Amino acid sequence: MKRARILLDGMVHAAVGEQGRLRLSDGRLVDPEAVTWLPPVEPRTIFALGLNYADHAKELAFKAPETPLVFLKGPNTITGHRASTRRPAGATFMHYECELAVVIGRTARDVPRDRAYEVVAGYSVANDYAIRDYLENYYRPNLRVKNRDGCTPLGPWLVDAADVPDPMNLTLRTLVNGRVMQEGSTRDMIFDVPHLIAYLSSIMTLSPGDVILTGTPEGLANVGPGDIVTTEIEGVGSLVNHIVADI
Amino acid sequence: MQTVLPGLGQGMARGMVYGVILNDRPTLDRLGPALSQPPYGAPPKAPVLYIKPYNTHAGNGAAVRLPRGAERVEVAATLGLVIGCDATALDEATAMDAVAGLRPILDVSLPNPSVYRPPVRERCFDGSCPMGETLPYAAVAGLEALTLRTLINGTMVAERSLSDLVRPPARLLAEVTGFMTLRAGDILHLGIALNGPQAGAGDRVRLEIDGFDPLEIAIEDAAAEGETP
Repeated sequence: MKRARILLDGMVHAAVGEQGRLRLSDGRLVDPEAVTWLPPVEPRTIFALGLNYADHAKELAFKAPETPLVFLKGPNTITGHRASTRRPAGATFMHYECELAVVIGRTARDVPRDRAYEVVAGYSVANDYAIRDYLENYYRPNLRVKNRDGCTPLGPWLVDAADVPDPMNLTLRTLVNGRVMQEGSTRDMIFDVPHLIAYLSSIMTLSPGDVILTGTPEGLANVGPGDIVTTEIEGVGSLVNHIVADI
Repeated sequence: MQTVLPGLGQGMARGMVYGVILNDRPTLDRLGPALSQPPYGAPPKAPVLYIKPYNTHAGNGAAVRLPRGAERVEVAATLGLVIGCDATALDEATAMDAVAGLRPILDVSLPNPSVYRPPVRERCFDGSCPMGETLPYAAVAGLEALTLRTLINGTMVAERSLSDLVRPPARLLAEVTGFMTLRAGDILHLGIALNGPQAGAGDRVRLEIDGFDPLEIAIEDAAAEGETP
């Protein structure tokens, strides 16, 4: 099942996708164009991975890390499908990052890799924008690059784990104004989803609503006001975002 | 400005806890030239932040378990600004209007001399952010005159005056909210000194700040493999 949270007529509704439309929890069937899309989950702790695809690590002139490069993000960063994201005034390099988002469904500690999928509620698509102008070599990637308001669209759907039989073999793609700019496969992750869940849960307790953004493949490009950025993952969703100028 | 006072009482903050490093002169002076060497290349320009996620939040009297395989942890004293209203792009002159309360914090971490990569393994283990009683901001006069004393088993091991801040509270708030929103209930702490005192299993660590109830925690052995922590 594909689950969404939407705003319609001033109210927040849970909804599920049904033949191209949205079935609200009150039974109504509505046009997806008629609603405001909220992030499909209200994340608790948000983890993100840097350099988790070998090609992308090479693109950024890094050798692949020996342990996962994990950083955290605040809830201020998350926005929904079809939202606008502000490009900071004066920035010269803002790029998208199409990422498979893993939503945790159970409290989990010391999860072995071969049982990791048991704690996954489902999957979504994230676009974890970075503004590289602000990179500094302290706790890199630093929060000024990665923790900006509304710079991490998430959605449109939370797709139940049962409906994504092989999350490690999905095509990811980013289109800017309809042109394919980034393409890869989750099979090329350096640390796959079971490895990441095992690693994180060996450090700390994971909880329902925690979200892991699993990194992005190569193919970064600068985007600017007016651009429509679509990040999509096979079988999980197509997430649209509009870049606007900061005012 | 209308403010509420969130986070009163024990344990959980209502929001995120954002930590800060390299905001005290002694640490910057000590690291000095190293900050211009690889991998850093240059001293930091913007405030250097990290996140203490929900699983780390704990209250006064908490037992903090060592991560498995660790024998020592660092205990770093600081004071948290409890945010009272959503705060974006604050002006330094009025930034403190967004602060509802003040909260003592002992940031517990695995020692690591490097601050190049985000400190998830080091600073995000369960219970590693014990926080004390919140006092209303208005009840505390002269933040920068406060002294933070850390005691281990009754012996003072660190003493720090908040007059050592590189960015005083209002400036720190203005710079941080210049690139991200702090929400009502979030906590931004004023920064910790790096590579401070260490404690091990069986130690009792206490943070004393005049006017605040002491914050006291106990360090305990790691959970055994398979044991529910």
